[in-house]
Amino acid sequence: MDELRKTIREYVVREYLEEGDERPVTDSTPLITGGIVDSFSMVSLKRFLERKYGIAIPDAEATPQAFDTVASIADLVTRHVKA
Amino acid sequence: MAYGTGAREFYQGELAGLKAQGLFKEERTIHAPQGAEIEVEFPAGDPPRKVINMCANNYLGLSSHPEVVAAAHAGLDHRGYGMSSVRFICGTQDIHRELERRLTDFLGTEDTLLFPSCMDANAGVFEALFSEADVMIADRLVHASIVDGMRLAKAMQDTFKHSDMGHLEEKLAEHQDKRFRVVITDGVFSMDGDIAKLDAIVALAEKYDAMVFVDDSHASGFIGRTGRGTHEHCGVVGRIDVITTTLGKALGGASGGCVSGRRELVEMCRQRARPYLFSNTVAPVIVAGALKVLELISASTARRDTLEQNTAYWRKLLTDAGFDIKPGESPIVPVMLYNAKLAQDVARDLFGEGIYAVGFFFPVVAKGQARIRTQLSAAHERRHLDAAIAAFVKVGRKHGILGLTKNQIIEKFGL
Repeated sequence: MDELRKTIREYVVREYLEEGDERPVTDSTPLITGGIVDSFSMVSLKRFLERKYGIAIPDAEATPQAFDTVASIADLVTRHVKA
Repeated sequence: MAYGTGAREFYQGELAGLKAQGLFKEERTIHAPQGAEIEVEFPAGDPPRKVINMCANNYLGLSSHPEVVAAAHAGLDHRGYGMSSVRFICGTQDIHRELERRLTDFLGTEDTLLFPSCMDANAGVFEALFSEADVMIADRLVHASIVDGMRLAKAMQDTFKHSDMGHLEEKLAEHQDKRFRVVITDGVFSMDGDIAKLDAIVALAEKYDAMVFVDDSHASGFIGRTGRGTHEHCGVVGRIDVITTTLGKALGGASGGCVSGRRELVEMCRQRARPYLFSNTVAPVIVAGALKVLELISASTARRDTLEQNTAYWRKLLTDAGFDIKPGESPIVPVMLYNAKLAQDVARDLFGEGIYAVGFFFPVVAKGQARIRTQLSAAHERRHLDAAIAAFVKVGRKHGILGLTKNQIIEKFGL
């Protein structure tokens, strides 16, 4: 789980933070409600997770709530990896 | 009655929620034609007062230009008020085709198709052109109408960090397995006023075999040496595959938009774009006015030159007065305040001083990026800008923000 969260954290920082943006991203940092990721750019994160972990996340589950923190994203991925 | 108590209470709650979050929009009623000085009733019920308008998209000052108004009158007399039809049934007049030809010449493209608005053009163009086999790669700060249009298309969506060419290149390399790639950007970004790096985008698109799409709504008519748009400014005329733009800003400001670009792509929109197929033709009066606008700006660059001078003058006035502005060349000049409440307070105080400018804050702009967006017009005279800066300085002094850096403003007011 720690490794999964770390992978997601690193992707979020690389994919969404602008150069020079030093905001810390922790497992509980609000990503969507905090304005780091918006629903428009969220699709690349979903696709990254699907490719990396060989899962398919249905659109109905790829909600702004489910994608709001690294922790909640990791939970979502874990459920699908197990399924 | 199907609209019962439950539904009414639900929507009342939603509206109350918007008010509580400070997101409730109120229109201000204007009792005059659009121009540098307008009469505004605000709050509702107050007598209208004369203010200097610093927030219109009337970049070239043509919205109420006497020659445009006269041409629109003539269009009304000769081609009537409405067509009561979509284009492909009985809604295409000679002047519609003429305006499409003139726009094609002006933009330096192969063909053009009119839409009721640029919002409609953006809503229809992606679905008409791209399918599951393709990928659309958009700058993250593109206009909301592009976001909506992309959502209607079945093609894969991706985004790149704002104006970050390295990130765009990564995405283009990643999607080489797709049939078609299209890079999507605004020409001038509406909130920051910065200009897309179209020369670099075109070079990457050519390297990675991608099409380029530009929404030039905040550029057509005035960006570039002869006002053709961002592609002229960046030296890539003829190398943009799809341009969408509006007649609702610099080009007369009434309404209407278009898709312009490669012949086959435009023809596909004529066949398939739903907002074109299923909404009424652009009214003859607007077409006649737009033809006059293109005639005026093709004959002389005087208006875009005046706008350029006004922009440089206004940017210097703000900078010299100690405001923190977004640097750039476009007539969109954001005065950065970072704090949402401060932006609202400053906009309100400016209105009290006879200056109409609007505060923008999250979710319209990113969190902690609140600002007053000022927009220049060729209709502004020096006296308007001198009066505006006097008001800005007075209000700036009141709030103690003159000469403060970004960090000092944030320290003083928070984010």
